[in-house]
Amino acid sequence: MSVDLDDPGLQAPPDSPNGHVELAPMRPGALRWNDVAIFLGAAVSSLSLVWLVYERLAPTSGALGFLICWVLTFLLVYWIVVREVDGPLVATDKLVAVGIGIVAVGLLVPLVSILVYIIYQGLHALTVGFFLRDMTGISPQQPASAGGAAHAIVGSLEQVGLALVISVPIGITAAVYMNEVRGRMTRAVRTFVNAMSGVPSIVAGLFIYAIWLLQFHHSFSGFAAALALSILMLPTVARTAEEVLRLVPDGLREASLALGSPEWRTTWSVVLPTARSGLVTAVILGMARAVGETAPLIMTSFGTQTMNWNPFSGAQQSLPLFVWQQYQLGGGAVGTPGFLRAFTGAFALIMVVLILFVIARLFGRSKFSSR
Amino acid sequence: MDVRTEREEPEIDLTDAAALAAPAGTPGEMIAEEVSAWFGSHKVLENLNLHMPAGRVTALIGPSGCGKSTFIRILNRMHELVVGAALAGSVLLDGADIYGPHHRPTDTRRRIGMVFQKPNPFPTMSVYDNVLSGLKLTRSRATDRDALVEQCLGRAGLWNEVKNRLRAAGGALSGGQQQRLCIARALAVQPEVLLMDEPCSALDPTSTRRIEETIEEIKQQVTIVIVTHNMQQAQRISEQCAFFNVNEGEPGRIVEIGPTAQIFENPKDQRTADYVHGRFG
Amino acid sequence: MDDAPGAALATSDAAGPRAISRNRTTADRVYRGVAAAGGMVTFVVLFLIGLFLVIRSVAALQVAGLKFFTTASWPPALTEHSQFGIAAIVYYTVEIALIALAIAVPVSIATALFIAEYAPRQIRKPLTSLVDLLAAVPSLIYGLWGFFYLQPKMVGISEWLNMHLGFIPIFQVTERLFTSSPFIAGVVVSLMVVPISTSVMREVFSQTPQGEKEAALALGGTRWGMVRKVVLPFGVGGMIGGSMLGLGRALGETIAVAIIISPLLTISPHILQSGGNSVAAWIALRFSESTGGLPLSALMAAGLTLFLLTLGVNVIASFIVSRSRSGSGIEI
Repeated sequence: MSVDLDDPGLQAPPDSPNGHVELAPMRPGALRWNDVAIFLGAAVSSLSLVWLVYERLAPTSGALGFLICWVLTFLLVYWIVVREVDGPLVATDKLVAVGIGIVAVGLLVPLVSILVYIIYQGLHALTVGFFLRDMTGISPQQPASAGGAAHAIVGSLEQVGLALVISVPIGITAAVYMNEVRGRMTRAVRTFVNAMSGVPSIVAGLFIYAIWLLQFHHSFSGFAAALALSILMLPTVARTAEEVLRLVPDGLREASLALGSPEWRTTWSVVLPTARSGLVTAVILGMARAVGETAPLIMTSFGTQTMNWNPFSGAQQSLPLFVWQQYQLGGGAVGTPGFLRAFTGAFALIMVVLILFVIARLFGRSKFSSR
Repeated sequence: MDVRTEREEPEIDLTDAAALAAPAGTPGEMIAEEVSAWFGSHKVLENLNLHMPAGRVTALIGPSGCGKSTFIRILNRMHELVVGAALAGSVLLDGADIYGPHHRPTDTRRRIGMVFQKPNPFPTMSVYDNVLSGLKLTRSRATDRDALVEQCLGRAGLWNEVKNRLRAAGGALSGGQQQRLCIARALAVQPEVLLMDEPCSALDPTSTRRIEETIEEIKQQVTIVIVTHNMQQAQRISEQCAFFNVNEGEPGRIVEIGPTAQIFENPKDQRTADYVHGRFG
Repeated sequence: MDDAPGAALATSDAAGPRAISRNRTTADRVYRGVAAAGGMVTFVVLFLIGLFLVIRSVAALQVAGLKFFTTASWPPALTEHSQFGIAAIVYYTVEIALIALAIAVPVSIATALFIAEYAPRQIRKPLTSLVDLLAAVPSLIYGLWGFFYLQPKMVGISEWLNMHLGFIPIFQVTERLFTSSPFIAGVVVSLMVVPISTSVMREVFSQTPQGEKEAALALGGTRWGMVRKVVLPFGVGGMIGGSMLGLGRALGETIAVAIIISPLLTISPHILQSGGNSVAAWIALRFSESTGGLPLSALMAAGLTLFLLTLGVNVIASFIVSRSRSGSGIEI
């Protein structure tokens, strides 16, 4: 087949000086308008379909049921349409992708719902007095504006603080043993740490009650609660710390050892400072866990109405216990003073957890964030 | 029937021994005697003998995978840090076996320094603190720290480039600068020997040249043993070369040792000749 | 690294390896000792927990004997002649946990797959943070939200299930009271289990060997085909381990269940109907009334049962993950 060089189709376009045709870049794998249109079309059509039919089929389900019906119908419609356009193989593939995506993003729904509900109910009865007064002499029937949770806040701070002091050094030491010393028992210790992270919080509370209060004849105290909380914090701190230490490059250890440094100095002066931000994250995550634990407090710090500054003697209130006890006093009904106080406390609690979480995320955003 | 290949006898060229020997009494003389090494049950080095004279540069050359890095790590007791590693033979520093029962690894490593292939300054410390980190880690004292920092950075050829930013982070320098910082750091603890494991392989030609100048300047005070793949570099900087080789399925061995000029121009062993003329490797 | 190297290789041949004297400084020896002590604290604590729970349970177990595990009643005041046992309590604990798993396992697998394989790079991190945030929310908050907000909405679903799927025995009810049911508790607990399982599964999926994935695609498979044939089989260990880890969490869940459930001591299979229990919630609710020897000892015995149960589940989960092809690098 000969080529006709005078064919205008073969000539260079007038703008290119050296005769080369400029081609626009292609992106074969990117999302096409076509796909987006099918997706939206299926969504809208299934929505209208369910809207029309819903009342007839499901007489009692509310918004939740509607949502479920819509999603199922959407998936069906989408699958049918894609099957027509691209064939059954691609249809299954796209259906799975969309389905999985809906489930994953759907986790946003309960999370947002929880945050919004707690914040909304909690802000209702929030007063400045909440942070300044305790519940001395306040009976459950008095309105929610009476009294406050100052004693709970102080107790939480002290108990979590003590738990930190106990569990962080031990946790980091265990992580150092597992990752730096790498002794004979490393695998065993790792198993124990994993086993310990599965201990239910109520069991930790029972244990401290059995050993500290019954065996050693102490009374309820914030310190006992701190002991129980450190049992729950320790595995979190140890595991996260070990992950962080693992990320420190081996070359640094080698450099330090090659200079003649003993092992402990290498760990103390080189490895730990390099991993510092990650270790701080580990501590903050442990704190976030401890501050929200309720069950072990029932049998260790017991709770009280009055302010107790001394964590080493006498029952002490703390935020989660305050919420739990106020909920029980409120009798499970909406709008009672107990209900309102419980939600105000819950609001404070979730704010603390959120703040700690955000701080940990920001800290971990240095080069040692593994996930 | 003995199917082992014939034992390699390391050749030490005695006619040039006088040129090789350092002035008597200079510290930093190392001798490896009948050194063998294992990883687990896999033997990787066999019966190495090497005399590294004080005040001289000894280059270890040979194709990859023949155990040069393993050998050099035996010289400063880093080999034993690997789980399952084992060795035989002795390594003498100034006449005393560093693996002897009364020798601490930490002391040995202070006297025999090492520069690694990949620069590894301590990222959270400043340049100043990086240079002094060896002192801190070994609890040594320095009478004048500023002067020591300037001296070490000067010898490493880095002083002029960082003298105005001594407080900058060690990890913020370029690759070549980082490696020179590592050299300065190693020099700060006043070692007698400096081991260098392909220190320039990851660097640009300018940094390489600068480091070779450093080696030339410091070799009188510090014995240098350098592993290198770059034969022109070996010719430029070393007085003595040891050629390593390995046959498939066998541990690595030293095939020939001799003055650099002789190794490259008039090697005694055919395999050495093949390697230095680029026929393999 | 502790054993003298060369010991295993020593032969009669003089060319064998030599023993290396470690010659650690005193400071290093102290350092290693302290680190080992820190590691062993975990063992000591676990051992003490078991020990003290056993000591304190002895009284109750002497009274009830093995019937403790088969009796389903628990009178308010316990004497030496009472009949009490945790059969019903354990039954409901497991029932709620299974309901939670039935929801959480598919959701976890889907979410983990999405994050590891399907999500665009930019939303991978935010989605992971979102899942971690779900894990950080305290159980107490889940309980309050579940009881006051979710339950009124779930009642409608329970009624629908009862009406349209009532031929299945578990969806039948003997009386039309749909609040405080194991079903609702299970749904709330599943929200707490999802982040834990997702975390483990996601890590496992992201370690699928790149070569195998590319081979599947190069043969002409779709992404789902590649996931089905390569990622999921590779991640079986992680999926099982992650699910069992979630099971352990669900079994030990206390406050959320205590808020939602209405404690019941008779065993019934109707999950949509009011009435359920869990060992942890039972202990939490009964603690303040259980003063004195026997009632407290009975609670301790219940706690011991829960401890052994969750410990067993966790150890098995750990074992499965580490033995599987995907799990060798994973810590759960």
